[in-house]
Amino acid sequence: MADIRLIEIKEEILSDNKDLADEIRDTLRMNTVFMLNLMASPGGGKTSLIVNTIRNMKGAYRIGVIEGDIDSVVDAEKVVKEGVPAVQLKTGGFCHLDASMIKMALDEMDLKNLDLVIIDNIGNLVCPAEFDTGSHKNAMILSVPEGDDKPLKYPMMFSICDVLVVNKIDYLSIADFDMEVLKERVYRLNPEIKIIEVSCKTGEGIEKWTRWLTDEIKTHLHSAAL
Amino acid sequence: MHELAVTESILKIVLKHAQTNGAAKVLTIGLTIGELSELVGDCIQHYFDYMSKDTIAEGAILDIERSPIIFQCNDCKNTFPVSLRDTKDFACPACGSIKFALISGREFYIKDITIS
Repeated sequence: MADIRLIEIKEEILSDNKDLADEIRDTLRMNTVFMLNLMASPGGGKTSLIVNTIRNMKGAYRIGVIEGDIDSVVDAEKVVKEGVPAVQLKTGGFCHLDASMIKMALDEMDLKNLDLVIIDNIGNLVCPAEFDTGSHKNAMILSVPEGDDKPLKYPMMFSICDVLVVNKIDYLSIADFDMEVLKERVYRLNPEIKIIEVSCKTGEGIEKWTRWLTDEIKTHLHSAAL
Repeated sequence: MHELAVTESILKIVLKHAQTNGAAKVLTIGLTIGELSELVGDCIQHYFDYMSKDTIAEGAILDIERSPIIFQCNDCKNTFPVSLRDTKDFACPACGSIKFALISGREFYIKDITIS
């Protein structure tokens, strides 16, 4: 019988994706573009937050959007209506966006004439958390009707995000949702995370969100220019 | 779930290392996946069996080791494991602090393979 040998590998399973994501960050830096990966459950308010962000920031920054949500152009149309370019990825039944899909979308965009690219990731709190998209910052939305127990069910997502936007705070008075309990649960998983409370409907808190985003863009563009 | 994309990567990496080492057959594949990952082991094996047909990795057994969720306390530097069920309510068992950093639980790599 032939010898059996044990070969040590220690190689990241998604190393190809990670390498491509790093390449994307290089391309973005060369074009001085900041990219944000926005994740949430279906109906959490990704597209609403993007529309609000565009309205508040398009005077100061040239924005582009990558729409990843499953096989429909509804969201892309909403974004284009706001006067910014959007690329719709046809993802079929895919549960997440990976670096190769983002690269395809970026190839379609005029990066020289953009400052900010927002990825509207697929509505899912599980799979997108595992794939580096090449973005500089990861953001997630949790909407009040989803409940304050979500960090317990999707710890990975909460642990990889730089910022958590708690959307639909206009529902707080009728929802069984304890903001302080939520924050405590989130900070336990991720002490560095920034939490911003907003309502895309009433506009409350949107300014805090755009201020956070603006600061991140400025910091990034400053370091990219060095 | 994204087991299919993950399995594709596993097969690619395994075949690369098997070929470099002149393997005739891959027998087992050791994976280390953090407890925080939602991947379903049975599902990966199932996809793997399908995708590895007619390669030297056909029939290989995936041996998945789940690495525990471990935090390090920012205040006293104590390290301690936390079960996935307890992630809502825990504090450093040594000093009671609730400020810590995750140091294990997100692993996602191929540890080793056995070949003949």
